[in-house]
Amino acid sequence: MKPVFMTYTKKDLTNLAVCMVLSVLIIPTFIKTEYWYTSILIPWLCLALATIGQQIVMGYTGQLALGAAGFMAAGAFAMFNLILRVPDLGFVGSLIVSGLIAAAFGILFGLPSLKVRGIYLMVATLASQFFIIWMIDKFGWFKNYDSSGIITAQDIVILGKPFTTPLAMYFVCLAVTTILTLLAMNMARGSTGRNWMAVRDMDIAAESMGVSLLRTKVQAFAISAFYCGVAGALFAFCYLKSLEPVAFDIKLSFKILFMCILGGLGTINGAFIGAAFILLFPVLLNAIGNNVFHGAIDATIISSIEQVIFGLLMIIFMIYEPLGMAKLWENFKQSIRLKLSSSGIKSVKSSAQKSE
Amino acid sequence: MAYERKFKIGKPILEVNNISLAFGGVKAITDTSFDVLEHEVRAIIGPNGAGKSSMLNCINGIYKPQKGTVSFRGQEIPNITPNIMAQMGLSRTFQNLALFKRMSVLDNILVGRKLHTKTNFLEVALQLPKVKKEEKLNRERSEEIISFLEIEDIKDTPVGKLPYGLQKKVELGRALATDSSIILLDEPMAGMNVEEKRDMCRFILKVNDELGTTMVLIEHDMGVVMDISDRVVVLDYGKVIGDGTPDEIMANQKVIDAYLGVEH
Repeated sequence: MKPVFMTYTKKDLTNLAVCMVLSVLIIPTFIKTEYWYTSILIPWLCLALATIGQQIVMGYTGQLALGAAGFMAAGAFAMFNLILRVPDLGFVGSLIVSGLIAAAFGILFGLPSLKVRGIYLMVATLASQFFIIWMIDKFGWFKNYDSSGIITAQDIVILGKPFTTPLAMYFVCLAVTTILTLLAMNMARGSTGRNWMAVRDMDIAAESMGVSLLRTKVQAFAISAFYCGVAGALFAFCYLKSLEPVAFDIKLSFKILFMCILGGLGTINGAFIGAAFILLFPVLLNAIGNNVFHGAIDATIISSIEQVIFGLLMIIFMIYEPLGMAKLWENFKQSIRLKLSSSGIKSVKSSAQKSE
Repeated sequence: MAYERKFKIGKPILEVNNISLAFGGVKAITDTSFDVLEHEVRAIIGPNGAGKSSMLNCINGIYKPQKGTVSFRGQEIPNITPNIMAQMGLSRTFQNLALFKRMSVLDNILVGRKLHTKTNFLEVALQLPKVKKEEKLNRERSEEIISFLEIEDIKDTPVGKLPYGLQKKVELGRALATDSSIILLDEPMAGMNVEEKRDMCRFILKVNDELGTTMVLIEHDMGVVMDISDRVVVLDYGKVIGDGTPDEIMANQKVIDAYLGVEH
């Protein structure tokens, strides 16, 4: 058999088609309540994007980094200042440039990865988290000398059209997330991704094959920070609709880390699964608290239970399924396929022969 | 061996000059020199702890020797790093397997094509036509190597799940994928059974014969070494105690002493 190479298999294309139909047609037709867009779908897309950034540096390149929220803050405030000071750039232009500014921070704070690794690198990258937030707080210029501490984000205007309704904002987030996800998948499956994973799995061998550790690691940090920066800008402009450094604190960084791990390290779809889980789980717990126990359990206790369950899940996943929920989903599909094929092996075989 | 070689043994491709390497107070290699001729199969042998792997690590730039130089094609290389050596056309395998465990066999071998991949990450992200073309070529070459090594049936398996013998094959495949002119093999047959060893020897000789790739190998199995190598260098306590053809080495009293022990 001659080796055949295609970027996308038929399965990928059907998956993409299903996702697109679901997100572009079905969701907007059936979901009318604003709550779903403003509180669930928009933050989900934004955080999934940031989680892809975390995946690139942690899941693919194996560099334990903790500071995604810092890069998100850099992206968000870059966006605010670009729209304010360089209005000619437009929304999309500003979004790209704010991603690039975050990427510059990514390169700066990724440099320690050349010397330290593991938990020490995590501590080193934590510097980005604190430095960026401190910088924004310290220099009034970044906030346009606003004394209130919370700045309202400008309205999103693309090609002269305002995008201010929740549905419109959802589409903005969806478009950006879809494009960047596809680009990330291309990189992850191509030679770029192989270099990342080679550095992750055995850096000395990677170097002996001509993979430059310096370039690969710095590249991963830059791309990761770009994704986080764009995600941060969307997070501020579509979800929070305001800019405050406090929104991008260490808790958010940890949240993104959890999304990354629970979703499945080294998978792109895991980013979406992990983000959905971490966002929806508290909603679910609250619903259970209200409907099953009728408010008998205090809200603070529920949020504590949430933390306990997250912690437990992290431990369980780390021990039993380090590849996270994406892998569980894969296994589930596999078992369904097996069940289907064992009941109809003959039909599958004959159709396989035909397709060949 | 009475067959005609397609690639005649030529000038020195790699020269190791007066290398000394110490870890703190422990001297691993002392003032060692030898050369490797183009297209030959060169074996490095010696008892455990003789400094053989350290030698390869010095050649490849993983260790920085305190003294001495390494020359490649007559040109002295000042700051050796694994990366520079890879670019010069030197590839290697590792003693205790350094594969990318979570990646498939095919992906492992594709990483070996790194230096034949010129497109950058932006081009890859956008899947420009030249990326597809390059990827196709790299995949074709990798598939060739996979079928040469007779490991087609495991090409999509994550390497970490494979048995040891197969992993060694994959590692050879990854080194081959670089299309290097010289490959260093650090105990390519350790832990293999007779049949696997015979296969490995066949691959090494075939590569050397068909592609003219210079092979430098560390091996403990004397039968294998004497069979497949053109010249052998013997290290003991970090020093060269013998250098020559297999027959010369087998007759060398110092070598016999080092291997069998000698009464003091």
